[in-house]
Amino acid sequence: MANNTKIVVENLNFYYGNDKALKDVSMLIQENKITALIGPSGCGKSTFLRVLNRMNDLIHGTRLEGKVLIDRHDIYSNTTDVVELRKRVGMVFQKSNPFPKSIFDNVAYGSRAHGIRDKTRLTNIVEESLKKAALWDEVKDKLKQPAMDLSGGQQQRLCIARALAINPEIILMDEPASALDPISTAKIEELIRILKEKYTIVIVTHNMQQAARVSDYTGFFLLGELIEFSDTNKIFTSPQDRRTEEYITGRFG
Amino acid sequence: MKGQQIYQQVAFLGLRLSTLIIISVLGLIIWFLGKRGVSALSWEFLTQAPRNGMTEGGIFPALIGTLCLTLGAIIFALPLGVFAAIYLTEYAKQGRLVRIIRLGINNLAGVPSVVFGLFGLAMFVEYLRFGSSILSGSLTLGILILPTIIRASEEALLAIPQTFREASLALGASRWHTIYKAVLPAAIPGILTGAILGIGRAAGETAPIIFTAACFYTPRLPHSIFDQVMALPFHLYVLATEGTHFEKTLPLQYGTALVLLGLVLGINLIAVVIRTRLRRKMRW
Repeated sequence: MANNTKIVVENLNFYYGNDKALKDVSMLIQENKITALIGPSGCGKSTFLRVLNRMNDLIHGTRLEGKVLIDRHDIYSNTTDVVELRKRVGMVFQKSNPFPKSIFDNVAYGSRAHGIRDKTRLTNIVEESLKKAALWDEVKDKLKQPAMDLSGGQQQRLCIARALAINPEIILMDEPASALDPISTAKIEELIRILKEKYTIVIVTHNMQQAARVSDYTGFFLLGELIEFSDTNKIFTSPQDRRTEEYITGRFG
Repeated sequence: MKGQQIYQQVAFLGLRLSTLIIISVLGLIIWFLGKRGVSALSWEFLTQAPRNGMTEGGIFPALIGTLCLTLGAIIFALPLGVFAAIYLTEYAKQGRLVRIIRLGINNLAGVPSVVFGLFGLAMFVEYLRFGSSILSGSLTLGILILPTIIRASEEALLAIPQTFREASLALGASRWHTIYKAVLPAAIPGILTGAILGIGRAAGETAPIIFTAACFYTPRLPHSIFDQVMALPFHLYVLATEGTHFEKTLPLQYGTALVLLGLVLGINLIAVVIRTRLRRKMRW
């Protein structure tokens, strides 16, 4: 791992009330690489992802110990502005969740929230983001139409465009293709591979083939512990831990 | 098996019967009022003031008065109620304090309307010296319908998927921006429902305005919010109980009741249409 480290997680413990959801997790996430998090349901991988943009703050009664540094800055320190953090760390959710607004207004939402009002500038941002998300050609003539009219796969790419529009450095993806058909999934995966040139991507997935196909690094979570974290190649060809091997060969999970 | 089927038949019959009874009551009221009141209805009835000790003429001042009071109540109660609901669902830390506030609001809904009238008299008419006026009456009616609006708004806000809030916050929007731009627009159809119920109630209430706004008789239309007004429910009450020519005014009474009912149903209908339109635009 000779690249630049973007995110450093050190001895992270995370609690929902009294339930310990993450146990002493440490991980280095590399810049402009795709890091995949795999593991059975309830293993803590989504919780871990949501730690990185402090989305868990919304859940009442959660608590965190340990350190999470992005560009060497502790994002859980008192001086961290959560709004600023989330501008830098975008997120794409499992279920596509466009607002009940037009395609244009969806993509422009973040920029408007940050105070950009200039119509030309917004138009440029929307076009650029939709192009980056490989959706522009399909929607360029109907930007004013409701986003809800798009197909599931298009909606998810719209959500990616919406996340890209705020120009983040890191993109977190929580099973972004789990609700999509194979063709839409292939499009999303291709998109993710292109996006890594400019962004650091962390992706949670249930689909191990997907992790193997798109990611550079893979972490395997089990019952709140990070069992193994390494090059994706290494994880899938010669896992060091017996549990990792059992999981990726489909013996449980 | 046979016994179960009979049991089911009986249960369904009971359900059907309950629904039928409810619908019949409404139908009966409309039919009854329609039959007796429709003869009193005319353009003149709607556009002229009462004459000859209120035994002839129309109900125009009362109609205008009720519209003013209802409008005033909604202007006052809708923003206040919606903001309170936003605070309770989106901002306030859910805990004992919020539970107590909710309990208070629910109890407010159970307070008899005449008590609101007396409160309005003491607070707005006397203490704040607004006198018996549109302002006092509107504020009193506004407080009366607040619980309805708060509850409907809270339910509307809680029905908005959490994913909207997460999506907005994840884009680096502030909490206020999230509520204002992502949550509130989607909740408007539901909030409108609360407003409709509130309007219907405000237009029809008598007790709260007797002490605070309504006058027995005035042919004069209100010129400011500090004027007293006639109001449909109170006018009806006066005709039916205090008139010296009780029998003679019967058609007028039914006519007034019919107009009041028509007004409330009409307002509801308009709001339902608006709500349906918005829902179509806002579906998710």
